[in-house]
Amino acid sequence: MELTNENVLGKLIAQFGEENIFDAYNPDGIMTITTTRENIIALIQFLYDDKDLQIQFLTTMAGIHFPDHKGKELCMMYQLHSLRHNYRLRIKVFVPAEDPVLPTLTNIYAAANWMEREAYDFYGFIFTGHPNLIRILNIEEMEYHPMLKQYPLEDQTREDKIDTYFGR
Amino acid sequence: MATDNKTADTDQLQEFRDNRDLKLQDKKNENLTTLNLGPTHPATHGIFQNILQMDGEVIMDAVPTIGYIHRAFEKIAERRPFYQITPLTDRMNYCSSPINNMGYHMTVEKLLGIEIPKRAQYIRVIMMELARISDHLICNSILGVDSGAFTGFLYVMQEREHIYDIYEEVCGARLTTNMGRIGGMERDLSPKALHLIGEFLKRFPKVWAEFEKMLTRNRIFIDRTVGVGAITAERALSYGFTGPNLRATGVDYDVRVMNPYSSYDDFEFEIPVGEKGDTYDRYLVRNEEVWQSLKIIEQAYKNLPEGSYHADAPHYYLPPKQEVYTSMEALIYHFKIVMGEIDAPKGEVYHSVEGGNGELGFYLVSDGGRTPYRLHFRRPCFIYYQAYTEMIVGGQLADAILTLSSLNVIAGELDA
Repeated sequence: MELTNENVLGKLIAQFGEENIFDAYNPDGIMTITTTRENIIALIQFLYDDKDLQIQFLTTMAGIHFPDHKGKELCMMYQLHSLRHNYRLRIKVFVPAEDPVLPTLTNIYAAANWMEREAYDFYGFIFTGHPNLIRILNIEEMEYHPMLKQYPLEDQTREDKIDTYFGR
Repeated sequence: MATDNKTADTDQLQEFRDNRDLKLQDKKNENLTTLNLGPTHPATHGIFQNILQMDGEVIMDAVPTIGYIHRAFEKIAERRPFYQITPLTDRMNYCSSPINNMGYHMTVEKLLGIEIPKRAQYIRVIMMELARISDHLICNSILGVDSGAFTGFLYVMQEREHIYDIYEEVCGARLTTNMGRIGGMERDLSPKALHLIGEFLKRFPKVWAEFEKMLTRNRIFIDRTVGVGAITAERALSYGFTGPNLRATGVDYDVRVMNPYSSYDDFEFEIPVGEKGDTYDRYLVRNEEVWQSLKIIEQAYKNLPEGSYHADAPHYYLPPKQEVYTSMEALIYHFKIVMGEIDAPKGEVYHSVEGGNGELGFYLVSDGGRTPYRLHFRRPCFIYYQAYTEMIVGGQLADAILTLSSLNVIAGELDA
């Protein structure tokens, strides 16, 4: 079966229902769908097991922070790849900043281990069931999650580097 | 012990695992020694640590610690205009920086919707393949050094210098190249650069054939590498392996062929694959890839199309300096681009290139501002290095060193 965005989306909606697979769009040729954290593991497992899809490679995971989206500030992006069909798929899950809990993917993909540790380190996602959820690139004593948008890159109290013309 | 740790389900290995768990549980076991491999160790070729639990010479457990040269590139990128991010990408896999530069440029071009002329694409291909050669050359010759053969390393290092001379002629820098621009190359290939590439193509095959002759059928080298640090294709895919390390297990996934970019579909080349996924196979795959890269460079060099070396995209591509002094339009564009006052369109793109170590991906989210809203690097090293523990446990310490060098873990790419 040739995988196209339409038939993959149709298959997923038939399996999980429109209330769980929504906001499908196609920004750059890779279809992006949104799901809920209750369904994310079942969805990725389904993509892995289904004989027609065989989406069995986890390319990457990335957190994104949208401080203005009330109630769904944090986004986790999973990008999957079917090496058999050369088909890529992006899945997003939005969670509120005060409750950034997601189930772990390590039972399906071994590669998710460090990717989830990285997401925890930089965005503060908590992955339930992760075997070793500790910081990976930053020091363990760090008390915040530095990729969140409220932490500026440079020390804002510095007065020697103010440049009002260019917004720095 | 380490001759055959690939047969994952044999009784022997199961027995080893059971014994290992018992030995690790027994904290008072006097036979277990803790050994710090790194952070600064001559054999790690970069700064990262492995805390090993040793039973004599046999590794029982390994805990990798990384992040020693984390430089927060993803955070910095959120504050920089697009063109200022290229120098950050150099410093990831610094053995093949042009690939990182081009991969990033192509990502931004995809976001902006710029079409690149054929000539620029071919020049990029030449540069990327030179970078791949220099990357594999380092990896394989270091593998020789770690197994005790220093000569080959010094011999091929001279060729890397010649590749760096070509970089220098093309972009002015040698290691952290910052090569090309969003929209093409910063200048055309000069006659000297073309001459240097031609010379390289003539000289290098002899050098590489001699290097192969020294190691490929070398009895000591084979004894040290066959069956060492093996991983099955299934586990490698689960761990997100890409690039030569995945191909050594027998999976022919290559981004250049599966999702061709920058005119790679114009060239004829093969994807070498291994069989057992051990250190020797990784060595062979990289060796063969060097030959394939040479083939690609030859084709691109011979068929280099005429035309412009950059796209016609005045909003994003710096005008020539002479025009900046004489034309008002060029002056305005120059000022806006240099000050980073050009807004990119809203969008979300993922683009990946075949880096020295595998699929090097860039996930870029733009909110329509002067900087990326989010830029995520898919760094192949970071993803496959987590399999290292699994690959060395049960083997000997000396084999762990060879496994590490054959994986080609670059600390800059690991930590970003």
